[in-house]
Amino acid sequence: MIQINERLCKDCKYCVKFCPKQILETGSVRNSRGHFYPVVTDPEKCISCGICATVCPEGAIELPAKGDDLNG
Amino acid sequence: MAEYKRSSLIASAPSGYCPGCLHSLATRLISDVLDELGQAQNSLNVISVGCSALNIKYWGGDFLSVAHGRAPAAATGIKRVNPERLVFAYQGDGDLAAIGLAEIMSAANRGENFTVIFANNQTYGMTGGQMAPTTLEGQVTTTTVNGRDPSTTGYPLKMCELISTLKAPAYVARFALNSPKGINQARAGIKKAFQLQMQGKGFTFVELLTNCPTNWHLSPLKTLEYMDTNTIPYFTPGIYKDCEVDAE
Repeated sequence: MIQINERLCKDCKYCVKFCPKQILETGSVRNSRGHFYPVVTDPEKCISCGICATVCPEGAIELPAKGDDLNG
Repeated sequence: MAEYKRSSLIASAPSGYCPGCLHSLATRLISDVLDELGQAQNSLNVISVGCSALNIKYWGGDFLSVAHGRAPAAATGIKRVNPERLVFAYQGDGDLAAIGLAEIMSAANRGENFTVIFANNQTYGMTGGQMAPTTLEGQVTTTTVNGRDPSTTGYPLKMCELISTLKAPAYVARFALNSPKGINQARAGIKKAFQLQMQGKGFTFVELLTNCPTNWHLSPLKTLEYMDTNTIPYFTPGIYKDCEVDAE
């Protein structure tokens, strides 16, 4: 499962557009810089493809190595 | 993708770029590749003038900030006295294709053994969105309010095509950063350019088609569509020169 560093997000929505499973959407909470950041709507459906991490300009999305990820 | 972690070269702070700006994606790609090649601490980033210089605020490796357009000249000197360092210049289109046109063509023609990463967003972003040499025909900027008219301002400069006509360059390629496929191709292209430099093959040039949501007056997502319909048809992505292929 991906990890979103909400502090770095600038709400460009690239991850939302390119997620092949369409399980990312812009949340309703702002980060400390005033940007809405994405949330995973259905973690069970995440296939850890990393496309969201690939397209994120800020590097705000990371894909942990297996074993580092407590959420499965 | 097996694993992805933010590079050690870009500190854990937001970039200085506008939301959706692909300059920050380009910076991230470069830092990822340097990490992958084990060259993060051996690299030297020659930073130009313009929005391309905003990575100065969060770049964790060695860098040198130089005068407008002169990055290839500075990189030439640095590489000649430090041949073991991985030297690259990061330049925008106003910096490289306008004021720095002499420097880039001369460095490429000499086959200097460093890499230039050229971010082409078809505008002068930092100074308020004026027309750049790469501005598309008909594109509206603050200095071409009715759209760029080639009869008075000429045609958009195609830097990859120009540089690939020279004999010396080892690798010349263009990639578009508006899709996951293009981003992955760009990552591979940057890696190849750096590897050729490490092998001493000579001048390597990677053009990255980027956007400017602020000065194009479009949302970040709309800029990606604009690139598909306007930028990419004119600035065709591809490998324009590859010394390894040419040698076969």
